[in-house]
Formats: sequence, C-alpha cells, structure tokens
Amino acid sequence: MLYREAGDFKTSYSLDNQTFPLKLDRIVFYLTLAVAFLVVPLVINDYWASAILVPFLIYAIAAIGLNILTGYCGQVSLGTGGFMAVGAYACYKLMTAFPDVSILLHIVGAGFVTMVVCTVFGLPSLRIKGFYLAVATLAAQFFLVWLFNKVPWFYNNNASGQISAPERTVFGVPLTGPNTEAWAMYLVCLTFCVASAFIARNLTRGSLGRRWMAIRDMDIAAEIIGVNPLTAKLSAFALSGFFVGISGALFFSVYLGAAEVGESFGIDKSFLVLFMIIIGGLGSIFGCFAGAAFLVVLPVVLKFIGVDILGWAPDLVAHLRLVIVGGLIMFFLIKEPHGLAQLWRVMKEKLRLWPFPH
Amino acid sequence: MPASLLYGVEVLINGLMAGVLYALVALGFVLIYKASGIFNYAQGVMALFAAMTLSGIMEGDIPFSHLINAMFGTQLHSFGWNVPAIAAILLTVVVMALLAWLVQRLVFRHLVGQEPIILFMATIGLAYFLEGIGDLMWGSEIRTLDLALPQGASLAIENATAVLGGDDFYGFFIDKLDVVATMVAAILVAALIAFSQYTKYGRAMRAVADDHQAALSVGISLNFIWVLVWTLAGIVALVAGIMWGAKSGVQFSLSLIALKALPVLMLGGFTSIPGAIVGGLIIGMGEQLFEYTIGGPFLGGATENWFAYMLALVVLIFRPQGLFGERIIERV
Repeated sequence: MLYREAGDFKTSYSLDNQTFPLKLDRIVFYLTLAVAFLVVPLVINDYWASAILVPFLIYAIAAIGLNILTGYCGQVSLGTGGFMAVGAYACYKLMTAFPDVSILLHIVGAGFVTMVVCTVFGLPSLRIKGFYLAVATLAAQFFLVWLFNKVPWFYNNNASGQISAPERTVFGVPLTGPNTEAWAMYLVCLTFCVASAFIARNLTRGSLGRRWMAIRDMDIAAEIIGVNPLTAKLSAFALSGFFVGISGALFFSVYLGAAEVGESFGIDKSFLVLFMIIIGGLGSIFGCFAGAAFLVVLPVVLKFIGVDILGWAPDLVAHLRLVIVGGLIMFFLIKEPHGLAQLWRVMKEKLRLWPFPH
Repeated sequence: MPASLLYGVEVLINGLMAGVLYALVALGFVLIYKASGIFNYAQGVMALFAAMTLSGIMEGDIPFSHLINAMFGTQLHSFGWNVPAIAAILLTVVVMALLAWLVQRLVFRHLVGQEPIILFMATIGLAYFLEGIGDLMWGSEIRTLDLALPQGASLAIENATAVLGGDDFYGFFIDKLDVVATMVAAILVAALIAFSQYTKYGRAMRAVADDHQAALSVGISLNFIWVLVWTLAGIVALVAGIMWGAKSGVQFSLSLIALKALPVLMLGGFTSIPGAIVGGLIIGMGEQLFEYTIGGPFLGGATENWFAYMLALVVLIFRPQGLFGERIIERV
C-alpha cells in the first residue's frame, strides 16, 4: 500500500533501466537531495557538522571506494587507512605546492594520485587471492604509514611531523583552515559525496561493474567467458583508490585540519571502513551510506547515553562501546550477513504488500 | 671474527627469539584455520585477554569492578588475596575454555557454511568485543605479570661468547626470558604434536581438519572438536600472552602481535603447523637483520613495522600458497 509499483508504466528501455525505476523512489530521492542541499546548510551547527554529518559523508565516500573493490570486485583490502593517508598527503603537497589553484582541484588531484598508488598495490592481486591478498594489502597499510612518518619531504620538513591545512577559499568562502564554517564544510563534503555516489552507481551498473561482479563471483569462470582479470581487477583497484583518496583528502583538509599519519590513518581506519561496508551491505551503494551512518552515529549515541545521561566515566563508556560495536558486528553477521541494504530490500518487499500480506 | 659480524649474529639470535613468539601466535591461527576454516583475527586479542585474566586473578582483582562501581556506586576493587601462579594459570585455562565454548555456541555455530570472509569479519568483531570485555573486567591500565620467570641478560652466555671476538666485543647479549620462551614454545609444540598424534581427541581433530563430512560420518562431533580447537588456541594464546606480558607488560599493544603473526602465516601457509614455526623464525630473523643492516642505517629505522609484510608479499608472488601450504587447486 505505502510502497507500490502499480500504475507505474515504463514505455521505453531507458525508462526501465534507470537507477530508481519507481516514481516513489525518485520522489524520495530528490526530496532527500533537496533537503540535504537546501535545508540542512541553513540549520547546521558546529556540533552536528563535526560530530556526525561531515564524518558521515567522508566515510561514505571511503566506503563507496572500498565497496567497489571488496563488494563488487571481491578483492578484500585492509589498506584503506593507508590509501586515505595517500589522499591526505597528496592533497597537502598539492595545496602547498600550488597555492593559487582551487582546493577543489587539489582534492580531485589527490584522488588521482591515490589511484596510481592503489593500482600499484593492486598488482599482487593478479597472483594472490582471498585472505592472502587481504594480508598483502596490510603491507600497503604499514608501508605507507611508515613512509609518511619517515620521509620529511611529505610533511614539508616541519618540526612536528604533522601536516596541517593552510586556509584556502572558494568564491571567498574558506573551506580549509581554522575559519571554516560548519555549512561550508558540510556542503563541500556533500557535493563530493553525491558526485562519488553518482559515478560509482553508474559505473557498477555498466559493463565495467558487470566485469567486476563476474570476477567476484568466480574469477576463473569469468576469465573463461572473456573477462580480462588484469584490467578488471586493476580498474577496481584504481577506482577504489580514487574515491578513497578523495575521502582521505577531505578528511585531512576539510574535517581534521591537521593530521598525524599513524593516528589518523592507522589500521583502525581500515577496519572501520571495512565494518561500514559489511554492516551496510557488500555490493550496494545504499549500503555504504547506511553502514557509514550506523558506525558514525553509534559511538555518538553511546557516549551521549553513557557519559551525559548515566554519568559514567568516559573510559568506561569507551570500553563498553568496544563491546557493543564488536557484539553488534557479530550479531549482524549472524542475523543478516548481507547487511542493512538487504534489510532495506526486505522492508520494501513487506511495505509493498502491507497491510494485506496474503 | 670481526666484531660487527658478531653483532650481526647477535641480532640474528635475538630475531630468532622474537620469531619464536610470532610463531606461537601463528600456531593458534593455524589450529583454528585447519579445523574450521575460520581465519581467527582475534588470536592476538585472545593473548591479551588471557594475560590480563591471569594477571587479574593473581592479584585478586574483582572482575568488572569498574562497571559495578559505576552502576551501584560501590567502591569494590580487590578481593584482597593473591593467588599462586600455578592455580591462576589453571583458572585462566578454565576461563579460556569457557570463552571457547561461548564463542562456538553463540557465534560460530550460527555461521556454519557462511563465506570465509564473513567468518573473518565475525572474528574481527570478536576481537573488538574481547578487547572491550578485557578492559571492562580488569581495567585498562598497564599490568605487570610477575611469574618469577628469569629476566635480564644471561651472564653465562655473555662471558662464554666474549672470547669469540676481539677487545671491542663483549659477548652475546641474550635475555634469559627469551631462552625460557623458546624452551616453553618448543615444549608446547611437542605437546601439541603428541596430543594430535597419540590421543583420541587429537586424532578426531586431525580428521576434522582433513574432511568435515567424512569426520561427521564416522561419528565425530564437529561442535565438540571446534570447542576443543578454540580452547587449544586459547591455551596457546595464554602462553604467548605470558611470554610477551613478562617481557613488556600486559597492555593493549600486546594484541598487535596478531598483526605480526599474519605475515608469518602467509609465509608459512595457513594450513601448516611447521610452516607457522619456520615462518615465524624467518620473519623474526629477517626483520631484525634488515633493520640492523639496511633499515636502521639507510632508511631511518622502524622498518620492522612493514618488512615482514613486504617479505611475505614477495614470497607469495612466487608461491601463492606460502612456503608450506597445501597447493591451491581451483576448479570452475
């Protein structure tokens, strides 16, 4: 009743083939976009931006990147933190080397740099599979973090070993640096996030996405039917790297402002993004958003309940949070291994029949 | 012999000792992977948890005291007694067995037949869970583990080897604890081999590792074997936790040795116990030697963070199943 497709007729192939075939879906989608772009920037404040919305959007981009690689192409990567660091440091180097070029171009440029690095670290995937590959990507994680720590060129030889974003403006509005306002931060992340989701969604529907999925489902069979594993796997690594790089660049320049590589882009980040796509749903763009939202909001809610309402010590709440996150991950995997995206699909099926399920 | 070469040998020996500990953690991985196909990322956290539990029991701390105090406003901290080491170790083994049973009963029993990656994710969840539970039970401050194991440089070895070099060589500097760890590890491996060769349950365990369905059809309870394997992995984790804990205190970084054990596994192959041991020794020696010869002087140090992975990666490119792993056969 609430969610139905009756009366929604398709008269051409392209109509049938669109991302949101149902009118209701389209309306909801455009409404969400309108609210996100037009209403939220007016009401947003610093707390909401820095605690929830901006990290959510940035992690959603990273999750899209990892989902292309792991969810669509089936290559498990534990190097996301390292690749985000590449994006961050590339962005920093570009920002300081070409101060007159727009920051937006620097962020995209950082994406391209990460693309190259990620492709190089994807080369072993042609030979190594499964867990062996997952562990091999850890080599990227540790090596990259070590590299950014040890080579002073990457942080412009400054004494602290940190990188910090200088102020850069677009149309006179500061986007990086200490004077950035919440709505500007939010809008730039939102723009990148929507663009990433749009590109990723359309890539995965096209021939490239089908090749990735063929490799994921069974690489030998895919090879036999004519999918070139070299280009399929490497293109997945490249595009994944592009999105992860952009998210790393945003994370450093817009969100954090200053970063130290081991702390901001450690192995924890790799696992966090991996959890997002697992909980959200492998092979689903919606799942990236759901997973990112879940794992960004959960700690905030737990902290609010534990520290602000119950008045417990913050370290106690932090331990409880680990227990709850770990427990939830196991619970989700047992109850719904295909993640929140699958729950959403099931709910839509139910809504279609509601309130007469028989 | 020139002194620098002798120092190289010393580095090599110390690397070998570190490798023994990596191998210990890797052993726990292999046990579980062989019997159930689960790649248990939580092995490192299990070592941390076991060491924390042991230390907590020995010092007579009340489990969850922090949480109970916060909930009921009490001021509980300690039972006020000290448990002797042997009893505490036995109690910890009981705790690890209980944990194994719970993990099997509540989590992995529901995940039978899922894809390996899902199982792997579940163990990462388990790792977070255990880390949180460990902190909740015993508090997160750094603990010491005082089992009266010999510590410090072994003077006997140092004096005996001093004659090898010239005037600027003072003998090999080798920690007694490392020697003890090596011996304990050797005993543990021997005991594990004896267990799996000569006991009924050990044979059942090997049967399950060989073929689940065939084992099931001759009347072996898979559930029991899995609990057994997780318990054994818990005991191995306890030993690894004791050794690392005695060396550098029981703290969070202990759980990171799991990350060091991963390249060991890749190198040795996920399914091979000898592979885990040899891989551990190669990685332990390799990273110390690399740091001593190339990493420290030329690359700015701290190369041991990634060297093991790179080494494993290079080996894998030539042998995708690791040095000792079963040959990977793929069929459509």
